Amino acid sequence: MKNKILPFSVIIIFGIIFFIFYKGLEDSKIYTPDFNTKKEIPVFNTKEFFSGENVKSSRIFEVDKVYLLNIWSSWCVPCRQEHPLLMNLNLENKLNIIGMNYKDNLKNAENFLKELGNPYKEIFIDLDGTIAIEWGAYGVPESFLIYNNEIIKKYIGPLNQELVDEINLLIK
Amino acid sequence: MKFLKFFLIVIILFPLSSVNAEENDKRNKITKNLRCLICQGQSVYDSDSEFANSLKIVVDKKLQEGLSEDQIYEYFKTKYGEWILYDPGLNKNTYILWLLPLLIFLIGGAIIRNSFKFKK
Repeated sequence: MKNKILPFSVIIIFGIIFFIFYKGLEDSKIYTPDFNTKKEIPVFNTKEFFSGENVKSSRIFEVDKVYLLNIWSSWCVPCRQEHPLLMNLNLENKLNIIGMNYKDNLKNAENFLKELGNPYKEIFIDLDGTIAIEWGAYGVPESFLIYNNEIIKKYIGPLNQELVDEINLLIK
Repeated sequence: MKFLKFFLIVIILFPLSSVNAEENDKRNKITKNLRCLICQGQSVYDSDSEFANSLKIVVDKKLQEGLSEDQIYEYFKTKYGEWILYDPGLNKNTYILWLLPLLIFLIGGAIIRNSFKFKK
């Protein structure tokens, strides 16, 4: 009897292991960051884009207002793609678009805005990319939908019409 | 006199460089254990991407603020999730990873022990 228990338990244990790994095969192999968790926005000090004055994050983001924080840069090609969508969003006037200028040359960034228009209510500078890290960002472009100082949703990569429609739905 | 000046300079600079070296070692150790999330199979230490470079600056800043290694890992974990660490801790997502080798070792050991018994 004793001799039978061991092979039997081995088979069962390996069966369970096989089942777990088999289930694991169905999971996506691509790392997908957590988009939907509500997180408080970080607190930081930065400089205003046009005036160069020091600003605190608490002054930029007020409670009870919807914001879209957009990380952009003049050297980023996908940012050019999504820029017209941001211009449209700004015209609809449902939310305040805040820009974070990421690791950019200020002269180039100003030219970028002159050429394509400025949809941002306010822009602040992130010269060394550390503020983007505070936000948990990966690069440019990236957008955060914010309400009541909480990140409601995060969009990695350029926005498209579908995502803009989703934003409009979310802020209704 | 010249010798004295030289001696003084060495004495003043020596402790500074050793402190710097210590901090560098710590920084390298931490960045080697952080995954560059936008690169393929590279640590933050190995990568020269914009993301990794910013992360290195943040690690430096946090070290200067006096945070410990574990506190820095915890900080990045809250920002980017467990995936950013190369050395995952024991939790409900990773327990199989940690317990499986132990389990296999025990089962293997039992099989070997039993086969010896039979031979006897």
